[in-house]
Amino acid sequence: MDIAKELLAGSRLALSRAITAVENEYDEAVDIMKKLYPHTGNAYVIGITGPPGAGKSTLTDKIVKEYRRLGKTVGVIAIDPTSPFSGGAILGDRIRMNELTLDEGVFIRSMGTRGSLGGLSHKTADAVKIMDAAGKDVIIVETVGVGQSEVDIVKAADTTLVVVVPGLGDDIQAIKAGILEIADIFTINKADRDGADKLNVELEMMLDLYQDKLEWRPPIKRTVAHRNEGIAELVQTLEEYYGYLKETDKLTERRTERVKAEVLAMLEENIGRYVTRTMQSDGEFEQMVQQIQKREADPYTLVADLLKRLLK
Amino acid sequence: MEKRIRVLVAKPGLDGHDRGAKVVARALRDAGFEVIYTGLRQTPEQIAEAALQEDVNVVAMSILSGAHPQLFPVVVNLIREKGMKDVLIIGGGVIPDGDIPALKEAGIAEVFTPGTPTGDIVKFINENV
Repeated sequence: MDIAKELLAGSRLALSRAITAVENEYDEAVDIMKKLYPHTGNAYVIGITGPPGAGKSTLTDKIVKEYRRLGKTVGVIAIDPTSPFSGGAILGDRIRMNELTLDEGVFIRSMGTRGSLGGLSHKTADAVKIMDAAGKDVIIVETVGVGQSEVDIVKAADTTLVVVVPGLGDDIQAIKAGILEIADIFTINKADRDGADKLNVELEMMLDLYQDKLEWRPPIKRTVAHRNEGIAELVQTLEEYYGYLKETDKLTERRTERVKAEVLAMLEENIGRYVTRTMQSDGEFEQMVQQIQKREADPYTLVADLLKRLLK
Repeated sequence: MEKRIRVLVAKPGLDGHDRGAKVVARALRDAGFEVIYTGLRQTPEQIAEAALQEDVNVVAMSILSGAHPQLFPVVVNLIREKGMKDVLIIGGGVIPDGDIPALKEAGIAEVFTPGTPTGDIVKFINENV
């Protein structure tokens, strides 16, 4: 089956198989991505991140429903952690999204992190492109439950929505570096709980501290996802921000940065693979390691020499 | 990145007992599989569509209500109709021995009844995917 062609013709099975090919790094994956690439760049990519149990999946479910009400098609990539011990994973985000399964305008795919540490999986960006090429208007990437430093979502999404909940810490947590810095929009979920007002004030104060540096002050919304409260307003804010990104050329700026990072990462990966493959096959790599280990040579000189040789 | 076996663990029908499904899900996780768990009370249509979207290698269904003769074959047919010819479909739960031949006839590759060591399920999947 010509996966790319059938995907572009609307086959859901082809869409699913394309993501598998990329995720498992099948030989045909590069060819599929080459064919799909010209058809990408049209979707609005929203990242949803926040601590475990903040309600990201339930919120995603409700946001998708609101976008469907507005007539948009939606792709969802839901990421859960892979066990560092067995390599296995329980991907449970669909439990909150069961009502969306039979909606033909929605496609949900669960992915394990498979060793990636930034809150996404290595192949999330490609999975986004595949859904984009399949014509989804909006693509939502739901990260694993994150702590303070898993901020890869910023590089993958146009808009980052940070979900916070009352009761997780004091205001010092709010001024630490990390996920609070990456928000374009905040939502206080489970806002019917005690502490929502306090959290709201703390977030506002944190934003006040670097008010001068903010061209866009992240709005703080409130939601109670399981009761569908505040969802329409939140989606409206997501759309307002998209409008702002387009008007100010920030969207182009962000996407240019993304392309830059992607090309560099791809180069690194391919050069690394080329070097290990060629050098390992003729034993040169082992020799190098031995020399360094015995202190007959240092790694800095050897790597510089190797690079010179490669670039000739 | 090597290929990982992906398994959809699903609960068709109306019984609300998923302790067994969760134990199996956990065992499959520990065996290195990616397990997609979709929760209780799934219709055959939901299970088949989730299997397609997740591009799983295995669909494992658990049922305790006695509705397996009705529901299991429907899921098999829906999955095959979607063009997923090579998906391994297995079942488990409270299933009388007498019902098993008919389920296998309908396309259920194997049936695991109460008391089965989880290692047997892992082994069966590894040998048949």
